[in-house]
Amino acid sequence: MRIALFVTCLTDTLLPDTGIATVRLLERLGHQVTFPREQTCCGQMHLNTGYQAEARKLARRFVRVFGDEEVIVAPSASCVGTVREYYPRLAEGDPALARRVDEVAPRVVELSELLVGRLGLEDVGASFPHRVTYHPTCHSLRALHLGDAPYRLLRAVRGLDLVELGEERECCGFGGTFAVKNADTSAAMLADKVRSILDTRAEVCSAVDNSCLLHIGGALSRLRSGVRTAHLADILASA
Amino acid sequence: MKSGFPAAAREALQDTQLRHNLGVATRTIRERRARAVAELPDWEELREAGAALKRRVLRDLDGYLLEFEAAVESAGGHVHWARDGTEAGQVVTEIVRATGAREVVKVKSLTTDEIELNESLGRGGIDVVETDLAELIVQLAGEEPSHILVPAIHKNRVEIRDLFRRSFGLPELSDDPQELAAAARAHLRAKFLSARVAVSGANFAIAETGTVSVVESEGNGRFCTTLPETLITVVGIEKLIPAPEDLEVFLQLLPRSSTGERMNPYTTLWTGVTPGDGPQDFHVVLLDNGRTDVLADEVGRETLACIRCSACLNVCPVYTRTGGHAYGSVYPGPIGAILTPQLRGVGEAASLPYASSLCGACYEVCPVKIDIPRVLVHLRGRVVQEGAAPPSERAAMRALAWTFAGERRYRSAQKAGRAGSRPFARGGLIHRLPGVGAWTETRDLPRFPRRTFREWWDERRA
Repeated sequence: MRIALFVTCLTDTLLPDTGIATVRLLERLGHQVTFPREQTCCGQMHLNTGYQAEARKLARRFVRVFGDEEVIVAPSASCVGTVREYYPRLAEGDPALARRVDEVAPRVVELSELLVGRLGLEDVGASFPHRVTYHPTCHSLRALHLGDAPYRLLRAVRGLDLVELGEERECCGFGGTFAVKNADTSAAMLADKVRSILDTRAEVCSAVDNSCLLHIGGALSRLRSGVRTAHLADILASA
Repeated sequence: MKSGFPAAAREALQDTQLRHNLGVATRTIRERRARAVAELPDWEELREAGAALKRRVLRDLDGYLLEFEAAVESAGGHVHWARDGTEAGQVVTEIVRATGAREVVKVKSLTTDEIELNESLGRGGIDVVETDLAELIVQLAGEEPSHILVPAIHKNRVEIRDLFRRSFGLPELSDDPQELAAAARAHLRAKFLSARVAVSGANFAIAETGTVSVVESEGNGRFCTTLPETLITVVGIEKLIPAPEDLEVFLQLLPRSSTGERMNPYTTLWTGVTPGDGPQDFHVVLLDNGRTDVLADEVGRETLACIRCSACLNVCPVYTRTGGHAYGSVYPGPIGAILTPQLRGVGEAASLPYASSLCGACYEVCPVKIDIPRVLVHLRGRVVQEGAAPPSERAAMRALAWTFAGERRYRSAQKAGRAGSRPFARGGLIHRLPGVGAWTETRDLPRFPRRTFREWWDERRA
């Protein structure tokens, strides 16, 4: 299958290994990965901060750049959620954009949706001999309703010891610009998330959003906790 | 609200007693709600029905209001229309004055808290006695409610014991909940028996029959709505429901969402005046106070469907840590974050739509399916449109949008970020980065990588 990668601006810029892992994983599974060069950002940050006009421009750009692709995968539940859930609302009152969004948005899938939902896979041939806990990010739970897809993928990884995270459905406190606009509240939420993670005695905390992991990992590192974060793709690409 | 939510939250977050009280209390209610809701196989259908009913009322609100007015009048009650809190305060004060009473007993009511009715009556020389236990605690302490259902949720029983010891002159009082309730009961019974006027709010007002309903746990509300000669009910115009049978839906949704009970202990319904039984002089004050402005906003209007259950507060990761006072309004939590800015004007409460990580837990539990995250994002848009966003943020967002508008610019910005942050990296991490101090105060940042993803892609293709 030919699959276009929407790597997301955050992963592209700060955590490129997740993008590389996604490419290697999909190629290992026999797929052809393309990378439309003109892609930048889906506009989530602008949209969620109230800059709808700017977000709408980025939505136009997105549907133009990815318009010809049949399957578009992104290693981020929140970016996929933006395209599928919010682009139609951004396009209200702009029939041309609305038509393009109707065509393109349903073809944008998150990585575990692609693997489990579309490709029917659980065992992707990965090996990761570590104790891992998984934080289901809010958008993966409540926008994309990923259900147990990420868990099924993790359970099939050789050597991986998956431990349940307490109060896992609680938000980690990232929330985009919330993390800086309401830094104190964000930090209080993060403190509780970190406590749940440390209670699992896991070595690695995984998730399907690098944005949340940047936030969680930033605290784990600041505390010298000895626990690191890894995107689901990073784990699934390990062999 | 000028200092805004972040500053108020910062202060609240440092109150370890508050954090503990709130954590325990909200976790308990949250678990009770989850159990009560799980019992009903048709919960989702009930939510759909509640949502549809409320939206129907909002669509034809003018008609329902006139129908309600006619029904109340024909049942022997009087209807008054109040444009805002000041008008409502004047109406209520005049009615009380006409009776000659100097004191009123009050049923717990958020709507009257919203318009600061107690203060209006106080200025008119009329004393107000709150009869809901938690409202009484808040009133005695001279504080503001911090939760929709449990106004004194920020206080634990030791704090309440100390307050009652002082207020009631009972130095020996213990912190046993039964003893505390008995002390409040003794204080309130005397008030109920002497009161000639009561003021209430309403959970529901039925258009077809003119019936008003209060849903409560303690029974103190029923004392107020049955014993005094005069009863004044202040109703926000969005509280209407079409017909009596619609209560079937809401009396299942509300208690289970609110207290986690199958049915609350006291549901009182009354229609106009019944000769020889209950209040013989009954007034309804229909309050707008910004609600028609909310109705005018096509996205924001669903906020008016709220039945004040407070389920969204108890699941909100922000509210459960900051408590209600940080929201600077009698409507705290997620629903407050969308209701207050719409009632007051977004410029007056511009920080509230941002007091959320948009996690969506509120929408998941809302019994009338208000898409709170969607309304939050919409109101953030209004904050920006109306010029109430910080100029520095505006500039940064514009610059970023410009950068993302072209691949070459974006690529240059990535390089610049890498170069600019290099001096701050220590052993693969950034502990402090000027410009994003609010981030690096509590979290490290990874060092900008040697190459971006797209640089890797290009190298690989070459």
